[in-house]
Amino acid sequence: MELKDLIKPENLVYGKSRLLEEEIMHYCPGCSHGVVHKILAELIEEMGLQEKTIGIAPVGCAVFAYNYIDIDWQEAAHGRAPAVATGISRLMPDKFVFSYQGDGDLASIGTAEIMHACNRGENILVIFINNGIYGMTGGQMAPTTLEGMVTATTPTGRDVARNGYPLKITNLIAQLPGTSYVTRQAVHTAASARKCKRSIKKAIQNVLDKKGTSFVEVVSTCSSGWKMTPVASNKWMEENMIAYYPLGDLKDSVKGENVLEN
Amino acid sequence: MGEIRLMKGNEVLGEAAIRCGCDGYFGYPITPQSEVMETLMQRAPWNETGMVVLQAESEVASINMVYGAAGTGKKAMTSSSSPGISLMAEGISYIAGAELPCLIINVQRGGPGLGTIQPSQADYFQAVKGGGHGDYKLIVLAPASVQEMNDFVDLAFNLAFKYRNPAMILTDGALGQMMEKVELADQKPRWTDEEIKKISGDWATTGKPTSRKKNVITSLEMDSNVMEAKNRRFQEKYKLIEKQETRYELIQCDDAEYILVAFGTSARVCQKSVEIARAKGLKVGLLRPITLFPFPNAVIKELAHKAKGFLSVEMSAGQMIEDIKLAVYEAGSNARVNYFGRMGGIIPTPGEVVDALENKFYGS
Repeated sequence: MELKDLIKPENLVYGKSRLLEEEIMHYCPGCSHGVVHKILAELIEEMGLQEKTIGIAPVGCAVFAYNYIDIDWQEAAHGRAPAVATGISRLMPDKFVFSYQGDGDLASIGTAEIMHACNRGENILVIFINNGIYGMTGGQMAPTTLEGMVTATTPTGRDVARNGYPLKITNLIAQLPGTSYVTRQAVHTAASARKCKRSIKKAIQNVLDKKGTSFVEVVSTCSSGWKMTPVASNKWMEENMIAYYPLGDLKDSVKGENVLEN
Repeated sequence: MGEIRLMKGNEVLGEAAIRCGCDGYFGYPITPQSEVMETLMQRAPWNETGMVVLQAESEVASINMVYGAAGTGKKAMTSSSSPGISLMAEGISYIAGAELPCLIINVQRGGPGLGTIQPSQADYFQAVKGGGHGDYKLIVLAPASVQEMNDFVDLAFNLAFKYRNPAMILTDGALGQMMEKVELADQKPRWTDEEIKKISGDWATTGKPTSRKKNVITSLEMDSNVMEAKNRRFQEKYKLIEKQETRYELIQCDDAEYILVAFGTSARVCQKSVEIARAKGLKVGLLRPITLFPFPNAVIKELAHKAKGFLSVEMSAGQMIEDIKLAVYEAGSNARVNYFGRMGGIIPTPGEVVDALENKFYGS
């Protein structure tokens, strides 16, 4: 039997979402962005939302997210994705609007925009990729960089006396009455990716049900920035990042406030 | 004949936005233009036309909300005053780079820095030369009356959509705060989804149906050759705007030896100065640019062959005078170009302007 004989619809066990474009992703090996993109594309397709969806791409590695998923996109200035999403969502309240931001974008330069969008309870989904580093600009310190972590701008490790503390912005977001669902997930194993997909699905449903802001942090790897192999990155992330940014729901307004005091 | 009222310039800007079928206003309070958003909030147009009015957390957020809203193909706007416009500079550059139509209103106050809350025209350079980064132009309209504050809101949106380019109304605290008689336009309905599809369906992000390619709004391009080509196309568009949209008013310029050039509040002052000068037997006229970009170069070139000199009257240290000098230079004329102005929130008096005219040109 040859390979071509095996490629038949009845033998299909796994397929790429038809919303994922035939583009070669620019992401580095081991990067979490690709998995999160895949999850989003799958959910938008499965939930029949292509015609309703407008995505906001950030400044940072995910700036080219608009090349990879076959939906309408707007590319925002650094940190401003939640304001851009607000403008779109307010004028088209029946659409599904999501923003996609990294840690420098969301938790540093865009702190005001994310806090106020969440505080207004903008009816949007926010995907927050937290890999503790600025990937695109070459591995500088992010607000979420762990204490002691070496980056291009903390060559001897993050010194909290000089640089302040790694920011658990998701915990702050969970305190805001405008948010309905706030969770922290990861995609470094098949199991965690499946769980993350369930969380994002729930977040999307919340937006469709007009429950306010849903916020999904994805604790992520940056093999290039961390200067580790993909496998080592996953291990390091489990032992260090997840230890400081524990996974789980921080708030689920359907179940009750602040289910986890992470 | 439309409804006639006595209104403040700032109030009229809000009222005109509703009546021209604007879909969304996003703003942040700043003196001397806060009445724009206050008027909108009091009118609550969301009950009547469905227009969204939102107080943002900052000017930075306001302009990015406008970016998002404009990306949907709807009529989006913001208003602010000088320091707030500086904060918006990045967003305005993105909007110009992504070619989104929208309206930005600058009710200028004196600077630099926190400056003063009194009227000024010192943001001329910022408005017409860019303000944000990169090679871009705004379509800049300069009203000189409360009536024009009203009329230019609709005009600015029309031009913005015609050229897919952000438009700015550049006014000042005096016009914003003063009350005048105004004839309001009749209420226009907001565009329907079908109309938006027709007007901006090939670029607006409204959700991708299977029948079309995805629409992506971005100013990013990694290939420098493509980026240069895009810039060249922008420059062609700006040239077309210069050719088609230059607006100005000439007052008693036919036999004028000397011509005052002034826009907005300064032009109002200069109208009186022309009367005073004429009464003294001085042959003086006024050129009032209505569009600051495109600047009325052609008419200045023409006048430069007839008149002996130009006096640029500005509420700034002399910014527009550079554009007048350029036009006179391009005309190959020997006409003299001088400046008179006040700064820091002070409006020149008609008499001061005539004095300056006599000192600089008549040697008295």
